[in-house]
Amino acid sequence: MEKRTDKNSYTLLFAVAMVVIVGTLLAFTAQVLKSKIEENRRIEKQQNILYAMGVNENEGTNVNFIPTDKVNTVFKQFIKKQIVIQGSKISENDKAYLIDVKAEQEFAKNPKNTRRLPLFIGEKDGKTFYIAPIRGKGLWDAVWAYIAMDKNMVVQGAFFDHKGETPGLGANITQRFFMDDFIGEHLLDKNGNFKGITVLKGNADPKNVDKLDNEVDALAGATITGNGVSAMLKDELKLYEPYFKNLK
Amino acid sequence: MGLLTKKDAALIKDPLFDNNPITVQVLGICSALAITAKLEAAIVMAISVMFVLALGNVVISLMRNIIPSKIRIIVQLVVAAALVIIVDLVLKAYAYNLSKTLSVFVGLIITNCIIMGRFEAFALANSPWRSFLDGLGNAAGYGIILVIVAFFRELLGTGDLLGLGQKFMGHPLLGNPIPGEMSGLYALGYENNGFMLLSPMALIVLGIVIWVQRSKNPKLKED
Repeated sequence: MEKRTDKNSYTLLFAVAMVVIVGTLLAFTAQVLKSKIEENRRIEKQQNILYAMGVNENEGTNVNFIPTDKVNTVFKQFIKKQIVIQGSKISENDKAYLIDVKAEQEFAKNPKNTRRLPLFIGEKDGKTFYIAPIRGKGLWDAVWAYIAMDKNMVVQGAFFDHKGETPGLGANITQRFFMDDFIGEHLLDKNGNFKGITVLKGNADPKNVDKLDNEVDALAGATITGNGVSAMLKDELKLYEPYFKNLK
Repeated sequence: MGLLTKKDAALIKDPLFDNNPITVQVLGICSALAITAKLEAAIVMAISVMFVLALGNVVISLMRNIIPSKIRIIVQLVVAAALVIIVDLVLKAYAYNLSKTLSVFVGLIITNCIIMGRFEAFALANSPWRSFLDGLGNAAGYGIILVIVAFFRELLGTGDLLGLGQKFMGHPLLGNPIPGEMSGLYALGYENNGFMLLSPMALIVLGIVIWVQRSKNPKLKED
């Protein structure tokens, strides 16, 4: 005898009911947790931006951000101005740090559109920092960074992060020994033209003493992630060059 | 264990040792190789798999009499996928930093063969309570191997564990590797083995674990 659960009509009904129930459950969970997740992302952005300009609680060789409960106040204290550069238009916007760089990159794929470039201007110990959020591709997935520069496009601090680089290899771009190498490194070449910074293996300067060579030492076993970082720095920060030229 | 009958206790104990899903059944190898470079990630992965497997087993077991046999694999996949998405969302909301460490691998729990294997082989034919225990046991068996492999890989690869040394001593557990300030083992000429962080070494460490287990456990001895 055929079992009730073997019937086609039953199977179809079961499938439909299952999809509806599971769909509702997941949509509900996502809705409930949405605000919390967005808040986490917002806090993370503020922490990263502050980190790039050297406002952090680093000890030893660890990466320590400003604690989540304080970050909002500290962010307001150090970030004096947030601007959005769109073509030749520059406007102030204190929500500029929430601009989704990925969405802007997609938007600008159509040549008719002009991408909005957020830039955060911070002040610490009398020094002015220009912090740009940038995004590119690593080996497996996206890599992104916040680069703090002075008005001559000399890197003052960098924070790197990634979505899915290999733990222990490419994922090491989030480690101090990689990020700190960028401090003091020039983005312009000796003639003042934009060159970027290349992550290079065996560049004869492993201690990274030469800050004018536009090169930092690469990570072992992470060539493609390193190339991705180089390309990101070059392509993305170049877009900010006109703004820095006008500063002079 | 007064709470469990002897048969129930075996459901938890068997997969831990004699019938371990990784070392004996050789399931779930892919994630065991991928996320064991850091102990912290291994622990969270083990807990996430435990949640998905135990709960999924219960759900499948409760529905075992109404699931149409023609689409039972699809139903199992949907249950596993739904639970994994919930784990992912909860981690993002309440343990944001950890969810970043695990990144894509939480999503990949769906494809962990242990989960489908237990749904199909056990939960479809057993009561919810027994399925729950079976899920816990198998996830624990998976987790214990993950933790063992990650322990050696992180310790020998980076000289530290869970960032504890960095946190309390300002340098890795095995000593300070920075030239000029060397201490601990590094002062004696020890160096971290970067190879340990690569996937091939995970396979070799896992092989050693299997070898040790097989040579020590009389039940697993082959003639």
